[in-house]
Amino acid sequence: MAHALTPAEKRLAEPGRLPDHGLIGLLDPRLRIVAACLFAVVTVALASLPALALALLTSVALLRLSRLPLGRTLKRMAMMDGFIFFMLALLPFTVPGDAIVTLWGLSASWQGLAQAVEIGLTANAVILALMVLVGTLEPVALGHALHALRCPERLVHLLMFTIRYIEVLREEYLRLRAAMKVRGFRPGTNWHSYRSFGYLVGMMLVRAIERSERILQAMKCRGFSGRILLLQDYRLSPRDHAFAALLALTCAGLLWGDLAWR
Amino acid sequence: MHIVDGALSNPVVIGGAMMAVAGIGMGLRRLDLERIPAAGVLSASFFVASLIHVPIGPSSVHLILNGLAGLVLGWAAFPALFVGLLLQAVFFGFGGLTVLGINTLNIALPAVLAWLLVGPMIPRGSPLAGAIWGGLGGALAIAGTTAMVALSLALSGDEFLPAARLVFVAHVPIMIIEGLLTGFAVLLARKVKPDLFTLSRGIPA
Repeated sequence: MAHALTPAEKRLAEPGRLPDHGLIGLLDPRLRIVAACLFAVVTVALASLPALALALLTSVALLRLSRLPLGRTLKRMAMMDGFIFFMLALLPFTVPGDAIVTLWGLSASWQGLAQAVEIGLTANAVILALMVLVGTLEPVALGHALHALRCPERLVHLLMFTIRYIEVLREEYLRLRAAMKVRGFRPGTNWHSYRSFGYLVGMMLVRAIERSERILQAMKCRGFSGRILLLQDYRLSPRDHAFAALLALTCAGLLWGDLAWR
Repeated sequence: MHIVDGALSNPVVIGGAMMAVAGIGMGLRRLDLERIPAAGVLSASFFVASLIHVPIGPSSVHLILNGLAGLVLGWAAFPALFVGLLLQAVFFGFGGLTVLGINTLNIALPAVLAWLLVGPMIPRGSPLAGAIWGGLGGALAIAGTTAMVALSLALSGDEFLPAARLVFVAHVPIMIIEGLLTGFAVLLARKVKPDLFTLSRGIPA
């Protein structure tokens, strides 16, 4: 996953500059989270291929609205597909049904192929909508919006801490790796490599815990009491209402179409 | 180890989500103000550690280290690993949204079980003994996770059985590597900072 965190596209914990996310960026963060969840549940409920294709099309339409780089976002989505491809490729051979071809005595079935395509479409539609609607949020805004949606306060704190320190700890990890490299460490499949990686992880944990002690002291020094202070008062605008109505209509349409095509 | 949206049957997804919520609740009850910074920074370290690619033969695997997370965090591994999975899905597009619950359960439950099983042995005895128990815990956690992923697939339909079996067999080398790495990490932590492993028990539930 390291490729996802290249310095060129540091999306986590980058304070200040708000990137332009078009129409999506103007929507209420709470609405974007709820919309992504609604869309996910509806998409998972769909069973017919045309309806699922329309759901994926809806996600792509949202992507166009968000002004995220088209190629890079789709490439990310495709990375997940590489992950699940193997499982999906097995399905035609394991679902009984009418044969397409027979390979080494195993026959692939149309029904299995349909199921594999179904899963692929669902997974891509949901993850793309999630990346577009929620992934474009400033990480801190994600925490505040989840808090406003009545998520447990401690969970939101944990989320915000994790977001805050991923970048810091990644830099520390890269520093340790650089230190290993200048001492001539080249990873391979051997005892020495595994021991070195184990020590590296152990060292990261030790440093993390010591860092957290300093953080706690600094927070106490500033009188932190465990409350989340809202920096922003969320209020739904007419634009939010319009988006919500449109999305609800789309979801209803998908469900209706699914019943009709089934 | 990620399962994506649409692959599992509804009962599995809903049951997994409910159990994950219970586990996260257990973990959050043990996290007070004093321990949130530690849990947050450790959660971030496990996120970063999962980016490390370790060579194995001509290929490489990325680490999961849920066993080590369990040994260090105890029940708090549930919310910590949930946060990691949530961030992966939202910002990197790995996994899915409706399957967050079952994915959390599959990764965090074996972590907590490993902690309950071998956790008490880690701070005891010599660092080497602690490391051997730790390595066992790390390997067990991955074995548990793999078995649970296979089980969630198998419960969703018979057509997934070959895939489920394949997932388990493919992960045997990963169990060994994770066990070794967890063992060495425990060995170093036992020598440098022994109280790392008392963090998960310090507080009454």
